[in-house]
Amino acid sequence: MGALLSFFVVIVLVLLALAGIKGAGLYVLFGTVIPYAAVATFILGVILRVIKWSRSPVPFHIPTTCGQEKSLPWIKYSKLESPAGTLGVIGRMALEVLLFRSLFRNLKTELRNDGPRLAYGSNKWLWLGGLAFHWSMLIVIIRHLRFFTHPVPFLVKIIDSLDGFLQIGAPHLMITGVVLLLALTYLFLRRVFIPQVRYISLPADYLPLFLLMGIATSGILMRYFFKVDIIKVKELTLGLASLNPGIPSGIGVIFYIHLFLISSLFAYFPFSKLMHMGGVFSSVLQETWPITAV
Amino acid sequence: MYDAGKILIGLIIFLAFATFPFYSNMGKAVAKPDPKLDTPVIQQMKVKQCVESKEFMRAEHMQLLNNWRDAALRRGERLYKGSDGRITEISFQNQCLRCHSNKKKFCDECHSYAAVKPYCWDCHIAPKEANNEH
Ligand code: HEC
Ligand code: HEC
Ligand code: HEC
Repeated sequence: MGALLSFFVVIVLVLLALAGIKGAGLYVLFGTVIPYAAVATFILGVILRVIKWSRSPVPFHIPTTCGQEKSLPWIKYSKLESPAGTLGVIGRMALEVLLFRSLFRNLKTELRNDGPRLAYGSNKWLWLGGLAFHWSMLIVIIRHLRFFTHPVPFLVKIIDSLDGFLQIGAPHLMITGVVLLLALTYLFLRRVFIPQVRYISLPADYLPLFLLMGIATSGILMRYFFKVDIIKVKELTLGLASLNPGIPSGIGVIFYIHLFLISSLFAYFPFSKLMHMGGVFSSVLQETWPITAV
Repeated sequence: MYDAGKILIGLIIFLAFATFPFYSNMGKAVAKPDPKLDTPVIQQMKVKQCVESKEFMRAEHMQLLNNWRDAALRRGERLYKGSDGRITEISFQNQCLRCHSNKKKFCDECHSYAAVKPYCWDCHIAPKEANNEH
């Protein structure tokens, strides 16, 4: 019951923030100390992790290319699948990192009863769900830079207004917030409903999903339902970024829950499967296809 | 370390992104927004209060405006009953902007800090501002 365990962990985190703020009034702990500690853990942890990886010897480079290799001049080779020069490698890596090209090849395998016979079929849902999640996550992170910069860069404003171009309600609805939560829900349900995937899913597979879902949910609740004073929120976040932290009074507890879940994710990141963020570059550049996939 | 060159470049790029908020704010002191309440209408008020409490307005005014718009234009209700029982006529121009006739020093003061740009002014006329002093 990995899912339940992870779900329970996230609930405990939410309750901790709730009790810490509402019960004990630990504003400095939750608003300053933990966020700084989490960011430091994140940055140092990622760097140490990557350095540790880079020290493991790699006796053979095992290419995971899968198209026609460059050979005789009259045989057409697959420029992106099996690149022969630097430009091709960059192209292949860009397609992989930006569009998850190898996941596009994902197949489903099933045992048909008339035989029994093994059948393969195209299965693009994981690719689509993964792409939707990662891209909306990126846009959400860029949007949040409005809390950490002043003046806010033009790019951030443009992304913000594109994201809200539906102009539904006030504060206007952000498309990526909704897509993010839907994609996460899909990635979770897929682990629960596909028996083979459920069988190999561990608590460490569910925890990032639940943490992210908790972050997205608390953010959506804060923006549209239990509103907080955004000006004070920005005072706090800008204070953190300019190393001049302070706690403006009167920010709703939902903000501290959101912040604590994010801090937890940051601190957990270097120890979690989410490190595939760092791994994907070297793995596509060099040899093996990343071991992990959410 | 194997492939040290490539990995170091990667790590430097990572650091540049991850610490962006810190170095881009280095040594900057940003003044808090200070929405001004010194309009003629507000100065004449005996009890200086908004449609709802100040705390509520700060966090919820966008939702309130949205509700006002829906109430007035979709349901034809032109009166708003506040949480303390006061009745206000629903009107963006004749209420909010009558009291807060200093859009630049009031609405924009907060909005540019939070980088929000309400599109209301595409249609609604911003109040003429008499005093342009800074
Ligand atoms: C105390 C600061 C403050 C003042 C004063 C203020 N606002 Fe706002 N307003 C905000 C913040 C912060 C947001 C953005 C909230 C968010 O991003 O979730 C906002 C958002 C809005 C929105 C929604 C914009 C959108 O598209 O999401 C509208 C409409 C709005 N304000 C109208 C006004 C008007 C009209 C005035 C002047 C009469 C005004 N506000 C004065 C802080 C303020
Ligand atoms: C009758 C005059 C009046 C009307 C109408 C009015 N306001 Fe106010 N508003 C005030 C006063 C006075 C204050 C200061 C309240 C206080 O300090 O307790 C205020 C405060 C505010 C604040 C908080 C500002 C701060 O300094 O934190 C916002 C935001 C706001 N009003 C927006 C609006 C919006 C939006 C409307 C229209 C729905 C509106 N007001 C209608 C008089 C008015
Ligand atoms: C496309 C043009 C347009 C835009 C953009 C627009 N409005 Fe309006 N709004 C109107 C019109 C037209 C009316 C109708 C006036 C009437 O009949 O009373 C109206 C009426 C309203 C009313 C009803 C009460 C009244 O008469 O003032 C409110 C409240 C209101 N708008 C708020 C807003 C807010 C807040 C925004 C920005 C988030 C906004 N509007 C953006 C055109 C617009």
